[in-house]
Parts: sequence; structure tokens; C-alpha cells
Amino acid sequence: MVIEKTAMAGTLESSDAQVTVSPADTLEVVIESSVINQYGRQIKATVEDVLDRLDIKQGLISVVDKGALDCTLKARVECAVFRSCDASLADIPWGGAIR
Amino acid sequence: MADKITRPRPKKDRLRRTMMFMNAQRPGLIKDAYIYGVDSIILDLEDAVAVNQKDAARFSLYHALTTIDYGDTEVIVRINGLDTEYWQEDVRVCVAGGADGIRIAKCESADMVRQVEAAVEAAEREFGVEVGRTLLMAALESPLGIMNAYEICTASDRMLGCAISGGDFRQSMHVQIEPDGIEMQAARSQMLLAARAAGVQCLDTMFPNLDDEEGFRREVDLVARMGFDGKSVINPKQIAYIHEKFAPTQKQIAHAENIARSCRAQSEAGIGVYVVDGKMVDPPFYKEAERIIELAKKCGVYHGDL
Repeated sequence: MVIEKTAMAGTLESSDAQVTVSPADTLEVVIESSVINQYGRQIKATVEDVLDRLDIKQGLISVVDKGALDCTLKARVECAVFRSCDASLADIPWGGAIR
Repeated sequence: MADKITRPRPKKDRLRRTMMFMNAQRPGLIKDAYIYGVDSIILDLEDAVAVNQKDAARFSLYHALTTIDYGDTEVIVRINGLDTEYWQEDVRVCVAGGADGIRIAKCESADMVRQVEAAVEAAEREFGVEVGRTLLMAALESPLGIMNAYEICTASDRMLGCAISGGDFRQSMHVQIEPDGIEMQAARSQMLLAARAAGVQCLDTMFPNLDDEEGFRREVDLVARMGFDGKSVINPKQIAYIHEKFAPTQKQIAHAENIARSCRAQSEAGIGVYVVDGKMVDPPFYKEAERIIELAKKCGVYHGDL
């Protein structure tokens, strides 16, 4: 997939994460989290894993983590990417690229 | 991809004393849903989720269904109404994620059940899920839904039961909650008859006023006596009382045991009608005694050896 425009998903509530994706020439992941020292590496790995599965090669991915579980983080990244392509509402590849 | 489904095959006739609503869009809620000890949780894609967050709620739901271990708690998803543009994708994500069942909101006809069933079956084939695995239930929220309850309950083999939804129903009848439940008496009764005739479960609406403990208990007592199988809950503090009221009492259990113990001997001796604990008993009572003992076992209040 290609990030076509800026899009966001998630909230700043506890246990959630707010993810913003924007078009860019390179791929960059920026993470802000109160638990960055303990979980920063894991959060980054989870985000990169999702981007890899969605075949994202370029884009600025910004994550503000509020203590989200892995499953929530994945959901927010995926939703932001699908929203950036106006493809979030139907025919989602559940169990394919989304797993 | 169906190998992602780790939940056991859903059962139509399991215990459903309590069904607790959870917003599928709020991660803080869905991750803890199973710890309260409810029989079923209903992850909501409908009214609890804002129109511009329907997509986000599905991503969140998919990963919750495939990642979180809900143990013995049944996981049902309330999908958006058939008059919206959302329900078909809701069905796809429910089936792909391995939800135990789908709650059809604002159900008014057997055709609506069949429409959802067709979409569910298509999704089961698309995602390699066993055809027939995903159960259905109908929320009856209008007079027309109540009038058509029997046809709705018998519209599909997947139907586990029906539930009345008080908020919308009272609105359509121009009534408010009354202390004695008179405003819903006819609807509850008619729905119970339809559900029992169809051989499916019948579930009552949630009690919305969390501060009115007395009113809540009165309503639970009423619907338990009427013969409902369970009741929706919106707050964990409502669970314990419902579980207590929907379990057989020790007195009922003792009487059922006496009937069960005596019935074999009596029928072998060629006696049809006889007396147990001062009450007349004949063959239809045996079945009811067995049902009570079975229910007591499921509720964890049976300490006998039958």
C-alpha cells in the first residue's frame, strides 16, 4: 500500500495509542511513549511488523502511545494506513495482511 | 486463516444469565472484559461506536477476537443495523475473527435474519471458517419485532435466541420504565412464548438506572419469575444479583433431586402419578427436575451426586 494523504487513528486515552501517517520519501517511525525506556523497542518492532505486512515502503509514521496493548497498537496503525488510502470501510483483508 | 480462530465451537444452549455490553472501540474496556465473570460479553459495533469510528472499531475488534483469551466467556458482537452501510463489513470481521455469535440489532422480520445468515455463510466460505459455526441472535426493539418473534426465532438453525431491547421499545410504545414493569408486560410475555415455542433462549433488556438498586432488583426478580434465561447488563455491579436470581434455589434443587431419585422406581413399579414432598408428580415433572439439576450444575450451585 502507499500512504496517499495524512490520516490518523486512535485516541490519547489510557491503554490506547494515537497513530498519524503522512506521505514521505523515506520510511520513518517516530514513537512517543511514557514507557519508551521499557517498551520502546517492542513498540517499534510491532509497528514495523505491521508496516511490512501492509507493504509500506515510504511514509512518516508517528505513534503517541498511552500504554496500548500490542493488539491495540496494530489496530491503530492498520486503521490509519487504510484511512490514508480511503480504503478503511470495506473489503479489509482480515486474516491476510491484517493478522 | 481460519487457524487464527482459537475459540472453541460455540454452543447454542449454553448458560446466558448475563450478557454485558462493551464498546469494541475502547481498548481499555475490551481487554478486561472476561474478568467480571459474565456468561457472555457483547462487543458493540453499533450505538456505542461513533459513525466516524466504525472502521477503527473493526480493526480493534479483529485483534481483540484473535489475541485476547476470553476463556469460557461467550463473545458476541452487536453489528450495525441492516439499514446502514456498515453491517456487511461488520459480518466479515466477526466471522474472520471467530466471534461466537452475532447480535442483529433492530430485528423485525425473518427476512432480516436470513439476510444476515447469507452474509455470514458467504464470510465463512471466504475465510475458511466451518460453515454453520457462527451463531445468531435477534434484538427485538419494536412492536413489529415482537409481533414477528416466532418467525424470527425459527428463521435459521443458527438462532440461539432473542432479546428485547427496552430503550427503543419503550420509545416506540410511548411509555417510560414503570416500577412494576407493566409497560413491557405484554411484549415480554409474547416474546417468551415465541422463544419457547421455537426452542431458543429468551433474554431481557438491561436496566439503565445504575443508582436505583431497588428498581434493578425488582426487575430481575420479575423476569426471573417470568421464565427468562438471562438479562443484559451494562455495569459489572449488576452481575452477582442476576446470577443469584437465575440459579435454582436449594429448595428447588432438593425437590428436583427427590423427583429424579423416585421417578425410576415409580415407573418400574408401573405407577404414573405419585407424591413427592407433598406435591403431586407425574412424568412431565421428571424432565423439569432434570432441567433444574442441570441448570444448578451449570450455575455452580449443585452439591449433590446426581
